[in-house]
Amino acid sequence: MTSLIKLTDVTKSYKLGEDIEIQALRGINLQIKEGEFVAIIGPSGSGKSTLMHMIGILDQPTGGTVELEGKNIGKLKEEKLAELRNRHIGFVFQAFNLLPKTSALENVELPLIYAGDSAGDRSKKAAEALKMVGLEERSDHTPSQLSGGQQQRVAIARALVTKPSLILADEPTGNLDSKAGEEIIKLMKDLNKKGNTIVLVTHEREIAEQTKRIVEIRDGQIISDKKVK
Amino acid sequence: MIPLAEIIRLSFQSLLRNKTRSILTMLGIIIGVSAVILLVSIGQGLQNYITQQFESLGSNLIVVLPGKVGGSGGGFSGAPNLAGSKLTLSDVDKLSRLGGAIESVGAGIEMPSTVSYLGKSKYTTTAGLTAEYQKMRNMTTSEGRMISDSDNRSGRNVVDIGPGLVDTLFGGANPIGKQVTMGGQKFQVVGILSKIGSGGFGVDVNSFVVLPLTTAQRLFGMKSVQAIGVKARDKESIPEATVAVTKELGKRLKSDDFSVVDSSSLVATINQILGVVTLALGGIAAISLVVGGVGIMNIMLVSVTERTREIGLRKAVGAKPQDILYQFIIEAVTLSVVGGGIGVTIGFLGALIINQFIATTVTFWSVALAFGVSAAIGVIFGVAPAARASKLNPIEALKYE
Repeated sequence: MTSLIKLTDVTKSYKLGEDIEIQALRGINLQIKEGEFVAIIGPSGSGKSTLMHMIGILDQPTGGTVELEGKNIGKLKEEKLAELRNRHIGFVFQAFNLLPKTSALENVELPLIYAGDSAGDRSKKAAEALKMVGLEERSDHTPSQLSGGQQQRVAIARALVTKPSLILADEPTGNLDSKAGEEIIKLMKDLNKKGNTIVLVTHEREIAEQTKRIVEIRDGQIISDKKVK
Repeated sequence: MIPLAEIIRLSFQSLLRNKTRSILTMLGIIIGVSAVILLVSIGQGLQNYITQQFESLGSNLIVVLPGKVGGSGGGFSGAPNLAGSKLTLSDVDKLSRLGGAIESVGAGIEMPSTVSYLGKSKYTTTAGLTAEYQKMRNMTTSEGRMISDSDNRSGRNVVDIGPGLVDTLFGGANPIGKQVTMGGQKFQVVGILSKIGSGGFGVDVNSFVVLPLTTAQRLFGMKSVQAIGVKARDKESIPEATVAVTKELGKRLKSDDFSVVDSSSLVATINQILGVVTLALGGIAAISLVVGGVGIMNIMLVSVTERTREIGLRKAVGAKPQDILYQFIIEAVTLSVVGGGIGVTIGFLGALIINQFIATTVTFWSVALAFGVSAAIGVIFGVAPAARASKLNPIEALKYE
């Protein structure tokens, strides 16, 4: 199986003020293959958010290469990155980030708008995605009419709707109670079984252990990368 | 970039989801646009009204006044020297024999006097006029007859009186054939003036007394006339007639002794002044348009901050900087264009309502200007917030609390 995303010797540094430089990533080598379910775990400040931004091509590395399906994204312009994100990455955020006063269906349609789909295709695909997360009955509800768990399901449907190569979930259970959180993890497992590649960023080991592979990061470096037994 | 139609739809959606904010933002533009249209329509209406009034005085008229009254190009540098007038009836005869561009010549004097009838009296304006002069001023009688040429030749003691005098002196009874007294002399009333038309320079004829010019000269002990009216054959012959009149009178009189004024140049002067006033009113109203524009910019900037996470999300799921840029510009433009449209409607309706009291005329240029400026304001004041939105880093935007 080919690598979906491949990071080679990736470093990332930020400048804070004139002469303070922060090394967020110090030489990361990581490959994620199709169909995997990977957890990236680490304490806050470990660089896991920065790593997530690299995998989600929200950001470009200072050194090393990030390849998405064999293509180096290091020198691409912002427009091209937006296009790649739209086509290949589905984001799920801790805070759901749904548009307020907007129906679940329209929220799910959002990535398709930027993909250039027609209105008819959009609502058909969005309805299918909502069905996959079990919310077909709630398609005309706005976020304020939905529970936290339901909102996160809508967000997952939004991530799924473009049939992306990779779903990137950043602390998806962080804003949910444990029951709703378990349901979300269960949904993600199901989606992985159906062939979706998922990268889950978390600081909770219990959640990480429900995936198939745990990548542990500390001080900008990978300190362990093992399969879950 | 996604199709413009799609971006327009997104913009509308976002504005409709924040109805209250959208309407309040538009309010500034609505007030500005309607104020410009309304104030300009009042100024323009006034201008048209005055032009019409002058036209009702009689068209193609040239007036010769004693003394120096300023140039024919307009502008008044002094009052006519009525008491020391050197214009006489023989000048009137000479001018009327000129022909050419001149159709007819009339003359008149105006003096205040007390008219009385059976113990009731009224201090009013009496005008000694030739028959030609009355015609030029569109004066007519509603009952009885006008003062004729033969009245003038014989210097008869006959008068036409205004409808107001019929009420004050005769208590509304028919005055024709009755004798009124002025300066110790008896005058027979031969007609009642119609309300339309006017006496001297726009003086209401309501309580006017008109008598033959020759009679008036005798009554007031005057040898001169105070005004000579010259009617040109048509509008185009006004300049030619003006030259002819000036030349003829110049043979006998010094150039300081008389002034030739044509009514169209007077109208032009007044219109010029009113035009400036209209422009000033429009300018003041335009300031409120700019204030409205600043309001839009303010709201759009607040909106960009408030929607930082939304912008971050849109970018994360594939929106390009231009998609965001155009969405925010179109939101601002929509606010100002819709606000401008509502403002135009309100301005129109307001002008219609005010038209019941003062004449208003909505001009195309004021509508075009107000609407154009408000649309331009939308673009100009929308670009800065939109540019800020489009440049947001998606990572930072998503973290924004």
